[in-house]
Amino acid sequence: MNAIETKELTKRYKDLTAVDNLELEVRQGELFALLGVNGAGKTTTIKMLSGLTKPTAGDALLLGRSVVREPEAVKRLIAVSPQETAVAPKLSVAENLELMARISGADRSEAARRIDALCEQLSLDQVRRKAAGKLSGGWQRRLSIAMALVLEPKILFLDEPTLGLDVLARAELWELIRSLKGEMTVILTTHYMEEAEALSDRIGVMGKGRLTAVGTAEALKQRVGAATLEEAFIRLAKEAAK
Amino acid sequence: MKQTLLLSRRTAKELLRDPLTVIFGLGFPLVVLGLLSAIQANVPVPLFLPEKLTPGITVFGLSFMTLFSALLVSRDRCSALLLRLYTTPLRPAHYIFGYLLPMLPIALAQTALCYAFGLVLGLPWSVSLLPAVLLNLPAALVFISLGLLCGSLLNDKQVGGVCGALLTNLSAWLSGIWFDVGLVGGAFKTLAEILPFYHAVELQRAAYAGTLSGALPHLWIVLAWAAVLTAAAVWAFLRQMRKN
Repeated sequence: MNAIETKELTKRYKDLTAVDNLELEVRQGELFALLGVNGAGKTTTIKMLSGLTKPTAGDALLLGRSVVREPEAVKRLIAVSPQETAVAPKLSVAENLELMARISGADRSEAARRIDALCEQLSLDQVRRKAAGKLSGGWQRRLSIAMALVLEPKILFLDEPTLGLDVLARAELWELIRSLKGEMTVILTTHYMEEAEALSDRIGVMGKGRLTAVGTAEALKQRVGAATLEEAFIRLAKEAAK
Repeated sequence: MKQTLLLSRRTAKELLRDPLTVIFGLGFPLVVLGLLSAIQANVPVPLFLPEKLTPGITVFGLSFMTLFSALLVSRDRCSALLLRLYTTPLRPAHYIFGYLLPMLPIALAQTALCYAFGLVLGLPWSVSLLPAVLLNLPAALVFISLGLLCGSLLNDKQVGGVCGALLTNLSAWLSGIWFDVGLVGGAFKTLAEILPFYHAVELQRAAYAGTLSGALPHLWIVLAWAAVLTAAAVWAFLRQMRKN
């Protein structure tokens, strides 16, 4: 069974078709990057897949569960780390993690177990008692991803996880994201081509609400005869815009 | 219920750990109460007698709950914390009660503290103090709902201007705490009598005085406003939730 399978997934806003009959398949355990220029339909696709907005037509199955007919079941399978840091600023790191774990249904001891494991895995122990709002941008991003991971999702959506971070903080987060490979399915949206190339198993390029190309970074480069992924992306994005 | 409690605990922690809550929510009303009591001691003004002023200040203090609740909701929206929570199996009622419920005991504690300080400053002790504190609940609901409404519609910068400056001043002027709205008369008095702020203050004064007949007409109006504003806050919250 695929982790994600969309069938003619469509979202229209009045005159605008943000996502147009999208057909996408993501395998279990895969790290799949979704690329596209602004307005290509990435965010709307993620919103439909994560139950934030209902499709106008079509459907998406997440591990066999329909986002249209079983949105509650889908929400129990996924976690989202939004583009913004999305933390409770006056709560400590541990309290933020506990909040999310308990919301997902974990009891106190199960939440404590998950928090201990995550703090160790993500090296959050040193800031565990610190208020989230007092952390640096890099640490807040790390916490933001941890808040998604503490839900123990089967499918994780990472929206621009390294946006605005310095080189060191970005490298640390890349390492963290790489460590998730195989443990869960990860859908990554990013504007950084080197990030998509370094982290993902396959890349999907969206344009005008449709998936215009899918493949490994190498396959996409070969397809358009480009030397770099950035060059390939620009050509594919221009093709999609025609 | 468990989910509501989890969110309520988080709301309470966010509020009580914010210096803004302590400074404006508790400190500022007490400072105003102290200053006006000092003025009253030197230049007696009937409106600033402890039994008139203290109940009024308890309502004035509640106006800061609007700012706190609006800021919390708008910040949660702008930081995408709410967006993150919308992807969990929580239901709309969990969010709304999660914000609303913990603010009510904080508002009551604020009212009790104002009365306690009033007693220190010369407010005569009365057995009506406890019912007076409890009868500030409808007014607390008015101010908190107004905050949830603004927080659902405005961003955090707009909230600072609208709730921090405009609403706090407007509710104070139209409340009859600082001057008799009857002395201004005309449209100002009519507006004050339509809005809940004046009635919230009169309700507190009557409750402290222990006159049920004096309190009831104001209580119904404040309760009606509380119902309308709570419904509006729920509508606005659900609307922004759908928009996300």
